[in-house]
Amino acid sequence: MSQKQLRIALRNCGVINPEKIEDYLARDGYQALGTVLTTLSPEAAIEIIKKSGLRGRGGGGFSTGLKWEITRKVKADQKYVVCNADEGDPGAFMDRSVLEGDPHSVIEAMAINAYCTGANKGLVYIRAEYPMAIDRLLTALKHAKEYGFLGENILGTDFDFDIEIRYGAGAFVCGEETALIHSMEGLRGEPTVKPPFPSESGYQGKPTNVNNVETYANIPVIINKGWEWFSRIGTEKSKGTKVFALAGKINNVGLIEVPMGTTLREVIYDIGGGMQDGAEFKAVQTGGPSGGCLTTKHLDTPIDYDNLLEAGSMMGSGGMIVMDSNNCMVSIAKFYLEFTVEESCGKCSPCRIGNKRLYELLEKITQGNGTMEDLDKLRNLSSVIKDTSLCGLGQTSPNPVLSTMENFYEEYLEHVTFKKCRSSICKSLMTYIVDEEKCIGCTLCARNCPVNAITGERKQAHYIDPEKCIKCGACMEKCKFSAIFTN
Amino acid sequence: MAKVKSFDELKKIGQDLKTKMSALSNKNHPDSIIQIKVAMATCGVASGARAVLEYMRDELEKRSIPALVTQTGCMCYCYAEPTIEVTIPGKEPITFGYVTTKKADEIIERYIRKGELIEGVIPSNYQTIESI
Amino acid sequence: MELIKLTIDGELLEVEKDTSILKAAKTVGIEIPTLCFFELKDMGIENKPGGCRICVVEIKGRRNLAPACTTRVENGMIISTHSIRVLNARRTVLELILSDHPAECLTCAKSGSCELQSMAQQLGVREIPFQGEQSAYRKDTSPAIIRDIDKCIMCRRCELMCNEVQTVGALSAVNRGFMAVVAPAFEMNLEKSPCTYCGQCVSVCPTGALTEVDHSRNVINALADPAKTVVVQTAPAVRAALGEEFGLMPGTLVTGKMAAALRRLGFDYVFDTDFAADLTIMEEGSELLDRLTRYLKGDKNANLPILTSCCPGWVNFFEHNFPELRDIPSTAKSPQQMFGPIAKEYFGKKLGIDRKDLIVVSIMPCLAKKYECQREEFKVNGDPDVNFSLSTRELAQLIKQANIDFNSLPDEGFDNPLGESTGASVIFGTTGGVIEAACRTAYELFTGKKLEKVDFKELRGFENIRHATIDFDGLPINIGIAHGLGNARKLLEDIQAGRNQFHAIEIMACPGGCIGGGGQPFHHGNSEILKQRAAALYKEDDGKTIRKSHENPFIIELYKEFLGKPLGEKSHHLLHTKYFDRSSSVFVEE
Repeated sequence: MSQKQLRIALRNCGVINPEKIEDYLARDGYQALGTVLTTLSPEAAIEIIKKSGLRGRGGGGFSTGLKWEITRKVKADQKYVVCNADEGDPGAFMDRSVLEGDPHSVIEAMAINAYCTGANKGLVYIRAEYPMAIDRLLTALKHAKEYGFLGENILGTDFDFDIEIRYGAGAFVCGEETALIHSMEGLRGEPTVKPPFPSESGYQGKPTNVNNVETYANIPVIINKGWEWFSRIGTEKSKGTKVFALAGKINNVGLIEVPMGTTLREVIYDIGGGMQDGAEFKAVQTGGPSGGCLTTKHLDTPIDYDNLLEAGSMMGSGGMIVMDSNNCMVSIAKFYLEFTVEESCGKCSPCRIGNKRLYELLEKITQGNGTMEDLDKLRNLSSVIKDTSLCGLGQTSPNPVLSTMENFYEEYLEHVTFKKCRSSICKSLMTYIVDEEKCIGCTLCARNCPVNAITGERKQAHYIDPEKCIKCGACMEKCKFSAIFTN
Repeated sequence: MAKVKSFDELKKIGQDLKTKMSALSNKNHPDSIIQIKVAMATCGVASGARAVLEYMRDELEKRSIPALVTQTGCMCYCYAEPTIEVTIPGKEPITFGYVTTKKADEIIERYIRKGELIEGVIPSNYQTIESI
Repeated sequence: MELIKLTIDGELLEVEKDTSILKAAKTVGIEIPTLCFFELKDMGIENKPGGCRICVVEIKGRRNLAPACTTRVENGMIISTHSIRVLNARRTVLELILSDHPAECLTCAKSGSCELQSMAQQLGVREIPFQGEQSAYRKDTSPAIIRDIDKCIMCRRCELMCNEVQTVGALSAVNRGFMAVVAPAFEMNLEKSPCTYCGQCVSVCPTGALTEVDHSRNVINALADPAKTVVVQTAPAVRAALGEEFGLMPGTLVTGKMAAALRRLGFDYVFDTDFAADLTIMEEGSELLDRLTRYLKGDKNANLPILTSCCPGWVNFFEHNFPELRDIPSTAKSPQQMFGPIAKEYFGKKLGIDRKDLIVVSIMPCLAKKYECQREEFKVNGDPDVNFSLSTRELAQLIKQANIDFNSLPDEGFDNPLGESTGASVIFGTTGGVIEAACRTAYELFTGKKLEKVDFKELRGFENIRHATIDFDGLPINIGIAHGLGNARKLLEDIQAGRNQFHAIEIMACPGGCIGGGGQPFHHGNSEILKQRAAALYKEDDGKTIRKSHENPFIIELYKEFLGKPLGEKSHHLLHTKYFDRSSSVFVEE
């Protein structure tokens, strides 16, 4: 296996003891903070981050340095820096791993951010469902205070900074920065229209810089190794590396960190160890519920922010789910829609009602009741929801539908016109049939059928009544002669 | 711990700790010792890493093998949890996957005591910031 | 002032910085449709959560459509408010909203004044292409307000009124996604919440999700019962707004037509709450004088300032939120509740009608009055002093049902003895009116001199909180006025913190006072309408020969014949009440 991975954000994960600040210090910990505080002006430090080309790792991909600069320029008596650790994409856990494995890197980066933007107070918004990450973060905060990396006159300078933790209750939409801020203020976790951006008016109405955990984890390295070093990694417009949570029908599931520009093929076959059981690759879903499905034609596309967007998906926070021919793409779209329907805050009509209707249309199609008109509705409704929703959640929620319709339209057509699911996932479209040639009439299937749908005399071919059959598959599993099949 | 008062002081602390840490795996150094790191993130613990950590600690003591058993974060080999990394002074660190207490016993007896190569090694598959 | 240049639908325009696209478009005659957006300009009330997405417009160079209500103009913006893309999106969004809305227009209380209904007409929706699950919530009926939350479209106007404007905090968004609605905490019934029944939520709800409890059927039954004598009283603010329900210009006074209509509906006696308002001034004004005199003599127990108590929404508010101040408001009952016992114990007895056979109906601009007349302390052996309270809207409905052509009715007068009133009582219907009426009487009683100029213009207006000092012949009397419960809260907190000192304070729960009450014809966010209603009341006052409550000849006779003197024993028994600490009575488990 070639070494396609490069660990920057994950540099200390699995290497140091996260509960010992000395381990972190032995690996250049807080050196970047020292450099920034004693040798750089805030503007000069921001310039380094800008030149490095680092873009927001939470999914938006906005230039981190530019964000800092905007917050810096707003005049206010009080500013805040916030760490967004409300990781909510199903199957994504890179933020948790960083906080559990290397909490000090985030603390150090937040302090640097505060110095640069003119804040003296930091807040970490973390899901309460991450108890171990919270524990380790609290321990790290305590140690950082003892060493004087947090508090007053940090490293003998006149810079003061402290961090508090705010717990999220697990609402996906609270990963959206305005909703996150409302949640921290004790209000309903709902987004508000931007502008005003948090950098102008955020927590308690004060300028607030919100960055994601992984973005922060890159900061100390950029300061220590220089922006030139960092910007050599990656593609023209996407610098550095990206952590992905690789999952699905692949041999080596896990966290990977690859330079921007690595191709899907390298990720799946070189790093992921190829498809499970040698199955054929069908699609990969990136960007979580807001992302889309890419296919074989995208295997050699270098992964970066712009290429993924162009291909109809997005970077998102870094979920990457690999699928093979056993995955029905209509069902996949439905799965993600179910998630967004559940997680929509309900504030704006297109997201609140539109996603529900999208889900219902997909449900109708997977049950074999879809029409060609429904496919048109799906497409129009998806584009209206994208076009009119208030926040990023609604603006991206139809992506799984649109990208699967774009790349796997034939599967939609099969569901609608032939009432067929080629992956045998949509149960309503399946019939269990006895192969009369193979059946020897042993009665085993009939005895195992929970609803008595199978009839037949001993030693004669049996029959499954499709009206009674609940498609549980028990007969097929029990049959010793492979005489039962589905179509 | 007294507060660090200046960047110079911090640099010195960092350097001292770095020296101290590298001494642990330098077989010519009097402080060198066998180091075992157990990946103890939520995912590792959920797969049984805590039992492995305790087993390693207890058994190495019982078998009078001086070793430093510590926890660390996620090693990112989710498919192979629990994972541990063993560093014998003077040798490259080796990562083992699917470590049960039975496997841990094999690692102690065969890899640590006898230096035999055993099954279950996960080849390192990434570059570090130090290496480029 | 910085000006921004932009283009909307091909039209070049210049507007002030920070203007929204919606308002910028208005300046060139482009009305972008809105649903959740709502404003009452002169009260500083604006609701723009950007949630309904009906007002989306296309801005050249932007990836997505933008809501016109919350997007600020920028130099060089090129905006299209009716491109194909916008029209398709707007219609689809409306179709989505309609797909989760019960198609009950034919029987909905809001039919005809429903903004969702008009929007569907405006956008020409003829079918709803999306079928699917519809929200189903339990209906919640309180003494004054019905929540039929299936009809909620999450515009959040009620939430703004309840939390930001009124600071009551009874309604807020609960649940997520498709299940999201506006409800009291823990989805308890409104009755268990700190709701004051001010009805401001009802007055801004665009649909039929929040409506009043309709008592008109009870009134029809009473009118049809030959064994009952039915008397009606009408609040001052009703006459300034009722005409709107019959297509008349806002601010048209319909006092005479209203009396005529009530008579034709079959009420046996058409009386006026204004009469009771004069009575309130006698009692409340005397109480003010009493406390003032004691205070000037150095009595530490003289509770000043005195707070008015004629607004039931306000009474509910302080019982919930400021129970420690419950000794300060005047103990005088509200005019509605003064009228009740006078009708039943004085007028009824005079005619020899048993109180059980005398039905008192009130026509009110208010929904809290429906609750007030059901309070236990306003009943005698279970018989309420006021049996039913109807809103202005319900009266209009009754008149329409009775086939009465309102606009061609002749002007008629009220019946006596409880129908005669002064100009002072008429202005009870607008913010500042009660305290002005009280000053007219208190001045003369306190100084013993005749008041030459009865108009206290310094007490009038629409500013949220007003202060004025009235010269009581050398003694400066500090008056405070607040309308809207949020403003009342501010005023009370200022007093508690010692930041302000007043002798007397008037508080009205609704913005604008009773003219903006929760039972009035819907103003749909047009604050001009409120101003016209207030102007109408001042005009009626101006036209009256008697403009001071204590000069009302029937009031004088009532005291002579029945009550004795203000604050006397009979008054104490019939016209005064007490208040309760209800701070802990909310959210009690059933």
